[in-house]
Order: sequence, then C-alpha cells, then structure tokens
Amino acid sequence: MMTIQNYVRPGTLEEAYALNQKKANRVIGGMLWTRLENPRIQTAVDLADLGLRGIREEEDGFHIGAMTTLRDLETSQALNDYTQGAVRAAVCHIVGVQLRNMATVGGSLYSRFGFSDVTTLFLALDAEVELYKRGRIALSAYDKEKRDRDILTGVVIPKRGEIRAVYESVRRQATDFPILTMAGVCRGDGTLTFSVGARPGIAAAFSENAQAVRDMGPAAFGKAGRAGDKKAP
Amino acid sequence: MRVEIILNGERIGREADPDMTLYDFVRAEGCLSVKCGCESSSCGLCTVFVDDVPVLSCSMLAARAAGHRVDTLEGLQEEAGAFIGFLADRGADQCGFCNPGMVMNTIALLRENPNPTEEDVKAYLAGNLCRCSGYEGQLDAIMTYLRTRKEKTSRLWESRCARRTPWNSCPARRAIRLTLPPGSVL
Ligand SMILES: Cc1cc2nc3c(=O)[nH]c(=O)nc-3n(C[C@H](O)[C@H](O)[C@H](O)COP(=O)(O)OP(=O)(O)OC[C@H]3O[C@@H](n4cnc5c(N)ncnc54)[C@H](O)[C@@H]3O)c2cc1C
Ligand code: FES
Ligand code: FES
Repeated sequence: MMTIQNYVRPGTLEEAYALNQKKANRVIGGMLWTRLENPRIQTAVDLADLGLRGIREEEDGFHIGAMTTLRDLETSQALNDYTQGAVRAAVCHIVGVQLRNMATVGGSLYSRFGFSDVTTLFLALDAEVELYKRGRIALSAYDKEKRDRDILTGVVIPKRGEIRAVYESVRRQATDFPILTMAGVCRGDGTLTFSVGARPGIAAAFSENAQAVRDMGPAAFGKAGRAGDKKAP
Repeated sequence: MRVEIILNGERIGREADPDMTLYDFVRAEGCLSVKCGCESSSCGLCTVFVDDVPVLSCSMLAARAAGHRVDTLEGLQEEAGAFIGFLADRGADQCGFCNPGMVMNTIALLRENPNPTEEDVKAYLAGNLCRCSGYEGQLDAIMTYLRTRKEKTSRLWESRCARRTPWNSCPARRAIRLTLPPGSVL
C-alpha cells in the first residue's frame, strides 16, 4: 500500500524543486503509476497548482505542459490536425477515458517506460523536454539518462513545416499494454523519423531518407533498436 | 488534514489522512454506489466526476480534489434514469457489480457526445470492465436507448406540427426537451 505522511501543493516551481531534492519525497503527476509501486512517501509534492497544464501552439511549435493529460492530447484539434490524428492514435488505447483524464505527459515521459506509447510518439516528433533547472534537452537524450530529481515542466514539439505522421500499436487485447509500438514522421525534405517502442526496451528512433527506410523493410525495426542501445554520450 | 469538497451539490468537509484516496473519502460520506474493483487503475468501477470530468477515484488523493466539485451516482439519479431501464430490459447485468461505473461513464459519454455511434460508445466505455457479460448487452441497451430517444423526439415534433400551436406555448416543447441531453438549446 502507498503511504504518504505529508501532502503539499507548492505554488512555485522553486518550492516544488526544493522539496523534490529529498529522496523520501515524491512528485505527483497523475499518480496512477506511483500508487502501483506502493511507495512510502514522506512528502507528496502535488504539481496541480503550478499552471503546468495546457497545449499552446506557437510559431516554433507546440508547447505542452507537464500536467497536460493524455486525454487533452487525444482531444486537441490543433495537435491532431498537425499529425493527421497520430497523437490520438497513440493514446486512445491506453486503458480508458477515466485513466487518460488523469495520466500526465510529464509522468509518462519522466518514467521512461519501455511500453510507453507516449514516448514512442514524442520521439518520432523530435520532441524536446523542458526541465526546471537544466532547461531544454532532446527527448532522445533525456531517455538515455537515469531518473533524476529535476522537475519536468513541459515538452515541445518543434514545428518545421508540414509533416505526415502515423502511429500504430499492437496489443493482445484492447486496453492492454502494447507489445509493439511504432511511429513515423515524414518531413518536407524527405526524411523519415521512425521510432519503435515496447521492444521491450524504451522506444528508440532514427532518421533517414524515407525511401531508404522503405527499402530496409523489417530491418528498420532492428536499426531503431540499435539506435536505442547506444550508450548515453 | 481537513479536506472540503462539494459532493453531489453539497459542501462537505472531513478530516483525511494525506494518503486517503477520493474513493475512501466519498465512501466515508455514504456514497456507496462507488465501488472498488481492482485497486490498480484498470477497471473503471470507482468512476466519479471531478468538475464534471470522469476520473478513477481509487487513484486520486482526496487532498487533490479539495475545493472541487465531486459527483457520484447518488447525485445523478435523474440523468441515469434516462437509460438504466434499457440496461435492465436487455438483461445486460448479471452480477451487476460493474453497473455503477458503467452508468457513470455512460453519462459522461452522453454529455460529451449526445449522439454517439456504436464505435464511439465502445471506445468511450472500453475502460469499464465487466467480468460476466461480454459487453454485448450493455452496448445493445445503450444503442436501443439512443434509437428510442430519437424516435420519441421525432414523434413529438410531428405532434407539435399537427397541433399548430405557437412554439413557446406548445406542450410538446417541454416533452421534447426532456428527451434531449441536458444543456441542449431548443
Ligand atoms: C493500469 C495502467 C495501464 C497503463 N497502460 C499504458 C499503455 O498501454 N501505454 C502507455 O503509454 N502508458 C500506459 N500507462 C502509463 C500511463 O500512461 C502513465 O504514463 C503513467 O501512469 C505515469 O503518468 P502519471 O501522470 O500517472 O505519473 P505519476 O504516477 O504521477 O508519476 C510517475 C513518476 O514520474 C514522476 N513525475 C511525475 N510528473 C513529473 C514531473 N512533471 N517532473 C518530474 N517527475 C515527475 C513521479 O514522481 C513518479 O516518479 C498505464 C498506466 C496504468 C496505471
Ligand atoms: S477500482 Fe479504480 S479502476 Fe478499478
Ligand atoms: S455484470 Fe458482473 S461484472 Fe458486469
């Protein structure tokens, strides 16, 4: 059973960051995964009051707050227009509407789950995570790091012209964890970013000329896997 | 710590441990329709609305809900009444344990999308598990309810036309409104 001794809802990121430096404390996003781990938490640091929820479309890209829910992604017209529904396709099989109303983008990316549909999607979209102390870094680099005690404040999908995006997952049964996830994003200059997850390691991606990827056939899966196995720089 | 919420329209407060879930909180307030089927965020039985959004009460801290509106089936009898008869008629329930979660999430679906297709219903209710039935009965009941509602509405329209009364004083107007989802403009 999960136990919590204190509950706080900090009003500033600085306060949340300071509290999160203590090992016995834990940041709370949607809490769905956390509670399954049955942790003993000294202070639960709820990020609900930091204004970290929302999707903003700007010149340079989509800025998505860490507390944005998976359901927010699913129902965002702008994001789904930009990706031809690939965002919806990535999250719509995750358990149920009620869970997606709670599970957060921040909790999903921070956890670096091997099975994550969310990570597979954002990797193919060349996303960058925003961390309170360290600033912006590529998701592909973040995924190779160990879990740290910084606060993830959001994720950015850079916009570089129009894209064609597609997302597919394989599940033994509806709403179950995926046994294979795939996302492909093709850009105007003909490059394709292909990511594969639930392989079973964390999702990994590589970019190459779209025609070359097509010629690779199934070998593209192996290539993505090897990209993921490279040690962090 | 003291947690105050607006539960089914009434402001209530009680002492809660920091790790008390919203599920335990509403049960302690007597909302016994809310049940726990899995304790692992996967069955949908513990569904409540927080500010009208369906969530899993077993997985949310009561402390996070503080200051928000929380609704359970106890407070939504009228909305549920529109379609639960169809579930019963179809014999959809066997043990009935999954029913409260299923009904709550159906209300959420119909508020969000008053005219769902069969695919919409399946997608929206996918997170509500039923271990007895295989879901055919529930799906059939909801689709029958939607068809009946549509037919009833068009019959009422026809009766209004036959009467030729001004719209504002037409008795069919109220009746039609009752068949529409809440919030519809007529
Ligand atoms: C039953 C079940 C089935 C699932 N199935 C799938 C599936 O099929 N596909 C899929 O992709 N996902 C699936 N998930 C995972 C889910 O989508 C979320 O990724 C997961 O619940 C974590 O998100 P959360 O908001 O609940 O995070 P939490 O549980 O709140 O947090 C998880 C971890 O991240 C940390 N954290 C949270 N937010 C931040 C932040 N902003 N900054 C720094 N650290 C943070 C927490 O401290 C904690 O260590 C499933 C989850 C459950 C419970
Ligand atoms: S009891 Fe909450 S999801 Fe099953
Ligand atoms: S009728 Fe028994 S669980 Fe649904």
